[in-house]
Amino acid sequence: MSIWEYANPKKFITSTERVLPALWAASALCIGVGLIWGFFFTGDEARQGATVKIIYLHVPAAMLAINTWVMMLVTSLVWLVRRHHVSALAARAAAPVGMVMTLIALATGAIWGQPMWGTWWAWDPRLTSFLILFLFYLGYIALWEAIEDPDTAADLTSFLCLVGSVFALLSRYAVNFWNQGLHQGASIFRAEAVIGTDTEEKVSNIFFYPLMLCIVGFVLLFVALVLYRTGTEIRARRIKALMARERVAA
Amino acid sequence: MNALLLRDLRLALRAGGGFGLGLAFFLILTVMVPLSVGPQPALLASIAPGVLWLGALLACLLSLDRLLALDWEDGSLDLLATAPLPLESVVSIKALAHWITTGLPLVLAAPVLGVLLNLPVGGFKWVVISLLLGTPALSVIGTFGAALTVGLKRGGLLMSLLVMPLYLPTLIFGAEVARRGAIGMEVQTPLLMLAGISAASIALLPFASAAVLRINLR
Repeated sequence: MSIWEYANPKKFITSTERVLPALWAASALCIGVGLIWGFFFTGDEARQGATVKIIYLHVPAAMLAINTWVMMLVTSLVWLVRRHHVSALAARAAAPVGMVMTLIALATGAIWGQPMWGTWWAWDPRLTSFLILFLFYLGYIALWEAIEDPDTAADLTSFLCLVGSVFALLSRYAVNFWNQGLHQGASIFRAEAVIGTDTEEKVSNIFFYPLMLCIVGFVLLFVALVLYRTGTEIRARRIKALMARERVAA
Repeated sequence: MNALLLRDLRLALRAGGGFGLGLAFFLILTVMVPLSVGPQPALLASIAPGVLWLGALLACLLSLDRLLALDWEDGSLDLLATAPLPLESVVSIKALAHWITTGLPLVLAAPVLGVLLNLPVGGFKWVVISLLLGTPALSVIGTFGAALTVGLKRGGLLMSLLVMPLYLPTLIFGAEVARRGAIGMEVQTPLLMLAGISAASIALLPFASAAVLRINLR
């Protein structure tokens, strides 16, 4: 038993199809319970009022927006090293999901920022680097769409993903340097908070549990979407191959 | 290598339409800025470093599609790929030729256009230095973008979309050096970062460009 077994497209589709219904159900359950719990059964925060509840969408989407790119980086590397087509197609399938997550994070952030910061948009480093990440997703997806030959497209986008990762990280530090921030720091997972030596603000437990549930739900949703979309990509490619074969026969 | 460099330079100079266009574009953009935001000297002085950097960046970007596309069309890129010279050197030389014909004239023209934008006296030196350090990175990164899109029929717009996000760190640090220099602030940190980005791009990106070009040529 090794993970490379699933590089076989047939095996990939049959096994993912078996787990997909469970994944859909689990993610719907987690997000549903988390959101209802968060929206209706937690109190308002002292200073932010009811607006604090947008974190149940904002935080999971923002986490996934970044981690999707990391996943694409890993699958691109796997494609370049081991030439498994499923891996390249998974990167392709994940990119639009990541782009939408980036958009959700930006949009919910703007909706929250309007009452709290008094502005829809500020050129804060975090906001700016998310916008830059969005541009990277756009370029990556556009390159996939532009190239016809599937192997060339997979190779070129993989290289773009590798080089883009370096430059995206660079941009992150560059914008940090370029402007002072308005956005609060990460306040959910911090090493000091876990050990208990943290004296800084931390998301309080009332909000923490429904938020965790939402994060788990979003991750499950992401996995389900990527598996499903990868299966679609595999089938689309198979249809193309069949049609090409028919054209040759005719 | 020298032969290839000389060939590229000669082509850029004599084939027409390539060499002066970047400069002309830079000039027009600089003229359009006061026309669009108003001629107040104080306003122009505060945005001058950023405008000069943006203009240089866009002028660089616009000349990229000629960098490899012409050689791709007439097949000389295939010859270069099978030549004894490694493809990494070829793309480095191409980037160097691009810098000499586009980046260097932009650097030299920037102070003149700075006068038009009422750039503060102290800023001239730093605009030139930052552009001198940054434009090689722009050429090398642009070569990567050109190599990515060389096989596409209408790659120009797509290449802009791919290359511009990669330009952002260079732009941020470069424009920051120019801006800080213009208002008399300490420039060391962004200057070192800019130099670092340039050096790393020149050293590493030709490998990526060559790899991508090999994929496109297969």
